[in-house]
Amino acid sequence: MSDQLPGDLRYTKDHEWAKRDAGTVTVGITAFAVEQLGDITLVNIDVKPGETVTAGKSFGTIESVKTLSDLFAPISGKVVRVNSELEAKPELVNEDCWKAWMIAIAPDDGAAVDALLDSKSYAEHVKASAH
Amino acid sequence: MVPFAGWEMPVQYTGIVDEHQAVRTAAGLFDVSHMGELEMRGEYAVQVVNYLVTNDVSKLQDGQALYTCCCGPKGTILDDLIIYRAAYDRCLIVCNASNREKMAKVFSTAAEYHCEFHDRSDETALIALQGPKAFEILDLAGSDAATLRELGSFRFRDAVVANIRCTVARTGYTGEDGVEIFCAWGDALALWNALLELGKPFGIKPTGLGARDTLRLEARLSLYGNEIDETTNPIEAGLSWVVKMNNGDFVGRSALEEISKKPLTRRMVGFEVTGRGIARHGYPLRDLQGQEVGVCTSGSPGPTVGKNIGLGYLPASMAEVGTRILVDCRGKNVEAVVAKTPFYRRGGSSPK
Repeated sequence: MSDQLPGDLRYTKDHEWAKRDAGTVTVGITAFAVEQLGDITLVNIDVKPGETVTAGKSFGTIESVKTLSDLFAPISGKVVRVNSELEAKPELVNEDCWKAWMIAIAPDDGAAVDALLDSKSYAEHVKASAH
Repeated sequence: MVPFAGWEMPVQYTGIVDEHQAVRTAAGLFDVSHMGELEMRGEYAVQVVNYLVTNDVSKLQDGQALYTCCCGPKGTILDDLIIYRAAYDRCLIVCNASNREKMAKVFSTAAEYHCEFHDRSDETALIALQGPKAFEILDLAGSDAATLRELGSFRFRDAVVANIRCTVARTGYTGEDGVEIFCAWGDALALWNALLELGKPFGIKPTGLGARDTLRLEARLSLYGNEIDETTNPIEAGLSWVVKMNNGDFVGRSALEEISKKPLTRRMVGFEVTGRGIARHGYPLRDLQGQEVGVCTSGSPGPTVGKNIGLGYLPASMAEVGTRILVDCRGKNVEAVVAKTPFYRRGGSSPK
């Protein structure tokens, strides 16, 4: 699985991905997170455009049949877009987690995203957490 | 894999929903060898067992099983069990893995000077074959197995399945028809592989703990540690049908008599979440004013009923079907309504 990690994304230890995209950073969850969750049935994004998120703090929750998990902001900044399509179609995250972005952030610090894990370090982290 | 009561258990093989649907429409195979198997032997074994449980074991015939609670002196639930009467002088007791040591102590202590006690858990494997195709699969597992469909509900007998000696019971924990198969520990893998192979044309799926939980929840079957534990009694848990007061004396009887005389303070109910949220074990239940009035004991999406469902305790005054409540989903009050249970009933339409 880890060899399929997109190389252009950055990652967190909480299994979010962050993608730099014309001045904003879009955020989703990784295939490892999806695999751990199983069938996703609910995506709750608790922030609206214009509100701020803080790195490492929850901006919503994602629920599968078996469990609930927090969604953590990889970086601090202002929310510019929310993917409201996931409210009605949470299964999109199962179908393609790399496309099913959740929020787009205008970062406080443009370099913050570069400080996240690259695909190689994230793959090592996954390997370690999958015991 | 997740640790569960000292066992490494699969939560899912191909996905909870996928496995759940396979059990409802075809068949699922469950490795539930973690369950405890205790044996009581001797002329007084049935009497001793009967004194320890709330249901009436004395009425069982050879080859018949029953579901029961085992209560403490205060009438609260130490475990829920299935008791199998193999012979006039032999009972097998299947208990929850998490309660194995506790139950072994209860039964071995009571057995002292009266009958023999053996903990058979380490030598006994248990594989459940559940679903509408279960007996069609058994038809292919040898001439003896092919006659297992004649077993009545909660009946069991020794049988040969796929050339393996087992004991087969028509019991389960899914709300579907099917069997639970006891075999020697060393034969379990061969039996598992044989049934999976024979079941392939029917769409059998290996099924993990996750689907076991959604299946039993839809069927409103209690899970020890969630709906029932040492702080709950069978009456409020909706299990008064396994408490037989005309069954002579048994542990917890006088406490349960007292409880039965008074109006219940709380009651186990089923509910459907009508708002946007999924109830989970431990979430507070509130009245429409926001006052905390109860607790959710189990909750998840119900893959067959197509709703987010749950079980929980509510004041008896709020237990009526149709009562609107709120589920506190981590600080968000989400609307729900007390619903008829079981949420799913085999061969019938699910209650609306």
